[in-house]
Amino acid sequence: MELTGADILVRCLQDEGIDYIFGYPGGAALHIYDAIYKQDVVKHVLVRHEQGATHAADGYARATGKPGVVLVTSGPGVTNTVTGIATAYMDSIPMVVLSAQVPTSVIGDDAFQEVDAIGITRPCVKHNFLVKDVKDLAATIKKAFFIASTGRPGPVLVDVPKDITANLCEYNYPESVEMRSYAPVQKGHPKQIGRAAKLLMEARKPIIYSGGGIVMGKAEKELTELVHYLGYPCTNTLMGLGGFPAEDPQFIGMLGMHGTYEANMAMHDCDVMLAVGARFDDRITGDIAKFAPNARIIHIDIDPASIGKVVPVEVPLVGGAAPVLRDLLASLKSLGSKPDVGKTADWWKEINEWRSLKSFEFDRTRSDVIKPQFVVEKLYELTNGEAYVTSDVGQHQMWAAQHYKFSKPLRWINSGGLGTMGFGLPAAIGVKFAHPDADVACITGEASILMCIQELATCKQYDIPVNIINLNNRYLGMVRQWQEFFYERRYSQSYMNALPDFVKMAESYGHKGIQIHDPADVEGALKEAIDDKSSLYFLDFITDQAENVYPMIAGGKGHHEMVLKPEANAEMITKRELA
Amino acid sequence: MRRILSILLENESGALSRVSGLFSARGYNIESLTVAPTEDNTLSRMTIVTSGSEKVIEQITKQLNKLVDVVKLMDLTDGAHIERELLLVKAVAKDDRREEVKRLVDIFRGRIIDVTSDTYTVELTGNGEKIDAFIVALSVTEIVEVVRSGVSGIARGNRALKL
Repeated sequence: MELTGADILVRCLQDEGIDYIFGYPGGAALHIYDAIYKQDVVKHVLVRHEQGATHAADGYARATGKPGVVLVTSGPGVTNTVTGIATAYMDSIPMVVLSAQVPTSVIGDDAFQEVDAIGITRPCVKHNFLVKDVKDLAATIKKAFFIASTGRPGPVLVDVPKDITANLCEYNYPESVEMRSYAPVQKGHPKQIGRAAKLLMEARKPIIYSGGGIVMGKAEKELTELVHYLGYPCTNTLMGLGGFPAEDPQFIGMLGMHGTYEANMAMHDCDVMLAVGARFDDRITGDIAKFAPNARIIHIDIDPASIGKVVPVEVPLVGGAAPVLRDLLASLKSLGSKPDVGKTADWWKEINEWRSLKSFEFDRTRSDVIKPQFVVEKLYELTNGEAYVTSDVGQHQMWAAQHYKFSKPLRWINSGGLGTMGFGLPAAIGVKFAHPDADVACITGEASILMCIQELATCKQYDIPVNIINLNNRYLGMVRQWQEFFYERRYSQSYMNALPDFVKMAESYGHKGIQIHDPADVEGALKEAIDDKSSLYFLDFITDQAENVYPMIAGGKGHHEMVLKPEANAEMITKRELA
Repeated sequence: MRRILSILLENESGALSRVSGLFSARGYNIESLTVAPTEDNTLSRMTIVTSGSEKVIEQITKQLNKLVDVVKLMDLTDGAHIERELLLVKAVAKDDRREEVKRLVDIFRGRIIDVTSDTYTVELTGNGEKIDAFIVALSVTEIVEVVRSGVSGIARGNRALKL
C-alpha cells in the first residue's frame, strides 16, 4: 500500500524506536503534524520556541545516549533551531532535526516562510539532506539516524518540502545502511595500542585525561577498569564529568580554566598523558605554548581530525573509546606486570600536596548571605549524587561542575562547547521525558533562565516536575567576574536590572516558587522541592553578588599559573620556588 | 607549502558548498578549485590547490575526509604527478604586434583559436608556472581578458585515485 510522505516520515520514526519528538508546528509541516495526530506511538512534545525543542531533544540525548529528535516548520522554525543545533554540534550530541520546507515548485522563489535550511545549518551539522523525491524519504531518514549516532555523534538535519510529504510511495524502511563515503572506525590499530601500553608503563608522572567521548561512547567501565589497573590519577573535562567516579581516590577532579589545582598542576608536570575522548579545547589547555611541556601524549579519539589538531601527539589512536580502552587494557595485561607503584609514589605525593589546598573550598563562615557553592553542595547531598543536573552557562555552571560530584555518566548535562545560555530548562524537560522517575535539577542563573523561560509553559502542559535552582546574584556573574579582574571593575552591561518576581512567575504557570535569602533556609527549600515529586519548584536563591569562581587560569596563562585564592596561590608559588 | 588535493566526492547538490564552506569556516586558503563529474556520474572529481604548514595541511586533509560527501582523497603532491591548467586569453594583436603575439604563442605551444582584425584569442595548457610566464611575456601587448581554469592534476605511473 502506498503512504503519503508524511505518514512515511512518522512510520520511519516508529521503526527507529523513537518515543518522543520535540517540536512546533507551522504551515509547511502540517501534513506531518496530521500524520502524527493519527497515531500514538511517537509522542510529540509541544515546546514554546523551536530553540527549546532542540535543547529538549539534546537533553534527552545526553541523558540516554540515544538521538534526540526535533520537528519544526520551514523558515523561522528552522532559523530558531540553529543555536540548538550548534550547541549539539559542539558537544557531539546525536540529534536528528526534521524541518519542513516550502514545496519544491517554489524553492528559490522567496516563498512565504522559505529559508535555505541546508545552507544555514551546513556549518553546524554533521550532515544534512534535502529530500527531493518521496521515494528517497525513508532511506534518507535511516541515513540521518545512522550518521547522527555513529562515529563522532552529531546533529543531522533533514529538510522535507511540503509536496514531498503529500506525495505517495510504498513504505520500506531499510534495515541497515551502507555508505561508501562514511564508515567510522571503532577498533584501534593493534600496533598503536601496543605502543600506547608500552609508553604508559614507562611513566613516572602519568595522567589520564578524559572527556565527553567516554560519556557518549559509553566507555565508563572500561576507563575505570584501566585507571584502577594502572593506579594512575584521572582527571575529567567539563564534558567528561561522570565518566569516572568523582569520589574515587584516583580522581583528581575536573581540569581546565576552573578545574582543580591538582588536576591542572598534574597536567602541566606530567611526563605521559593519556587523553581519551577529549579534544584539547582552549578552556582545557590554557595557553598552548605553555601546555604540558614534558608530556608524551597518547590520544584516543573516534575523530581523526581531533588528533593532532591542537597539540602534537606521539601515539595517535583512532577508534571508539570503549573498544580501544578494552584492547589497551588487554595489551597492558599481556605485558605481565602492573606498573611499579614505587615509580609513581613521588608523583602521588606531589598531587596529594596540591590536593590538600582544597582549591574548590569557599567561605563557610558567612551566615548573612547564601554562597552559591553551598546550594550546589546541599543539592548534591540531598539527592545522594543521583540527580540528573542540567545547567545554563556562566558562574553557576562552574559551581555546579565543581560541587556536584558526578559518579555516573549521562547525569551532567550542560552546553560545554558552544556555551549556550538558555540551555538548562528545556534540556531538563528532555531529561525528564527520558527518565520520568529521576530527580532532575536545572542549576541556572537569573540571566540564563530568562533566555528560554517560555518553556515553563511546556512544563505546565506535560506536568514536568523538574526543580529550577536559580543562583540569583543579579549579575551576569561570569561577565562581571572578568570585568572585575580584567577591566578594572567597569561593569559594562552586566548588571541584571528589572528582574521579574520569579516566584510569581512560576506561580502564574501553575508551578511552585520560593525565594530564599537566608543560608539557614537553603536545605529546607531544597528538601521541599526534592520531596515533592509532582511539582515544579522554582527556587530563587538570592546569593552573594561578589562571589567569584576559583580557582582560575586566566587567558594567556598556563596550567601552572593558576590563580587560587590570592593568599593560597602565593603560598604555593613559594613552595615551588623553594623546591 | 603548496599542495594539490584530489578528491572524489558524491555528485550531489550541496557537496561543493560543503567543501568550500569548510575552507572559509576554518580559515584555510584556496588557490584554486575545480570540479566536474567523472566517468561514473555519481561521482565528481575535485582538485584543490591550497597552501599551509604541514599541520594545517594535515588538518585540511582530515577535515575533508570527515565530510560525509567525500568518498576518497589523495594529496597529489605526495608523489610524482602531472599538473595542468587551461588558459584562455584575449590579447590585442594589430599592426606590428600581430606577428609578435603569434610568435609568442608558438614558442609557448599555444593555439590561436579565434581571430579578429584587432585581437587574437589564445588557448594554452600547462602548469601554473608556464601559464604565468606566458601572461608575463604577453605584456608586450595589451591583454583584453584572461580566463584560467584552475589546476587539474593526476598522479604519474600506477598511482590513481579511484574507488
